[in-house]
Amino acid sequence: MLKGGVIMDVVNAEQAKIAEDAGAVAVMALERVPSDIRKMGGVARMTDPKLIKEIMDAVSIPVMAKVRIGHFVEAQILESLGVDYIDESEVLTPADPFEHVDKSDFKVPFVCGATNLGEALRRINEGACMIRTKGEAGTGNVVEAVRHWKSILSEIQKLRSMKDELMTSLADEMRVPVTLLEEVKAINRLPVVNFAAGGIATPADAAMMMQLGCDGVFVGSGIFKSENPKAMAKAIVNATMNYNKPEILVTVSENLGATMESLEIEILDVKLAERGW
Amino acid sequence: MTIGILAIQGSVIEHKHMLQQLNVKVKDVRLPSNLEGIDGLIIPGGESTTMSKLMKRYKLSDELKRLIQNGLPVWGTCAGAILLAKKVTGQNPPPTLEMMDIEVKRNGYGRQLYSFEKELRIKNEELKIENFNGMFIRAPKIKPLAEENVTVLAEIDSEPVMLKQNNMLVTSFHPELTDEPSVHQYFIDMCN
Repeated sequence: MLKGGVIMDVVNAEQAKIAEDAGAVAVMALERVPSDIRKMGGVARMTDPKLIKEIMDAVSIPVMAKVRIGHFVEAQILESLGVDYIDESEVLTPADPFEHVDKSDFKVPFVCGATNLGEALRRINEGACMIRTKGEAGTGNVVEAVRHWKSILSEIQKLRSMKDELMTSLADEMRVPVTLLEEVKAINRLPVVNFAAGGIATPADAAMMMQLGCDGVFVGSGIFKSENPKAMAKAIVNATMNYNKPEILVTVSENLGATMESLEIEILDVKLAERGW
Repeated sequence: MTIGILAIQGSVIEHKHMLQQLNVKVKDVRLPSNLEGIDGLIIPGGESTTMSKLMKRYKLSDELKRLIQNGLPVWGTCAGAILLAKKVTGQNPPPTLEMMDIEVKRNGYGRQLYSFEKELRIKNEELKIENFNGMFIRAPKIKPLAEENVTVLAEIDSEPVMLKQNNMLVTSFHPELTDEPSVHQYFIDMCN
């Protein structure tokens, strides 16, 4: 079951093996990691199925792959290929300016990005069974990951004391059924797991997101764009498992070499997190 | 009574909630020192490859083997069943604790796409469970290696999904993801 642990972006079978050896719980098969997508610009699309197949053959942990927002045919192709999860991702260039994929049409589980509670619930209402707080992919800067997760937490907190009539208007505003909002209020959390993503570059970043209550982390460029991917991959796995033990975090944070090249959010030309509706 | 849950990753919190509902104390197990003072251990569902690697990395495997050999009740759900098996087949089988006389085929029902829910057929009246819906997610297929040592407690489609050998219990499904506590109660009785 996909809960707890680290999901790593990989661009070939060799990286997938490194991720699996390090103790990743799944890999995300991509042609380019987000930091390269950022640099290269242009339209980013679903990865070549042949590459995804090679990665599926190389490892026994689940393999995820991304489709563009709203691109239901890319999703049909990935489902037919047999990937374990589809990520409808803002890291790729959106294909539909109005709607996301109707995920209830699919048997394969979907993970979707969100920056706030309304966005998360819209995706869940469309059939997503896992949420990924977006953060800002390819930056190595964890601040947006924290912002999005804390936004969701504080919005859930506000629901606790909300009167019924306000719940109805909030549900309208969020464009979700009020029953879904009531469920969140009752269980005091999202109805599906949330993994933090977008900017996690160190073991401490991963442990921080876990201490803040996320169910796991996605690490994109943070591993294979660092100086020593093998060590970084292992360290982030160890930190995610022992997130609340500073004495273990010390050891795992030692001697990892340089992190990925990182960016300030203010200077970005494109904010990937703003994609999605 | 205190039951430990191997808390590397996977459905830890779901097992915890179920046990707490049944008034059992729960302890997360991440390091060998956490194994002290527990009356039973659950190895939850998750990714068996990941759990196997991290059990080794944190030196849990040897101590756990010793405790199970000495009679510590242990229950493996899904990935946990794989980690107890003497033989694992399928793509890249992970090293296991090699404790139970079962052969497990990983993802025996297919990849994530083939997750499903199905009512169990109870094979043994020792198990006081009726109408139990098993939740199967990338589930392994399990068969006994030595029939005389292993009891099949429940099946679906004539294939074992719940088996017991002395102090060891395995299920290929996830009772922790349902509201029905009877399989947890059965394990608590094993720990008593």
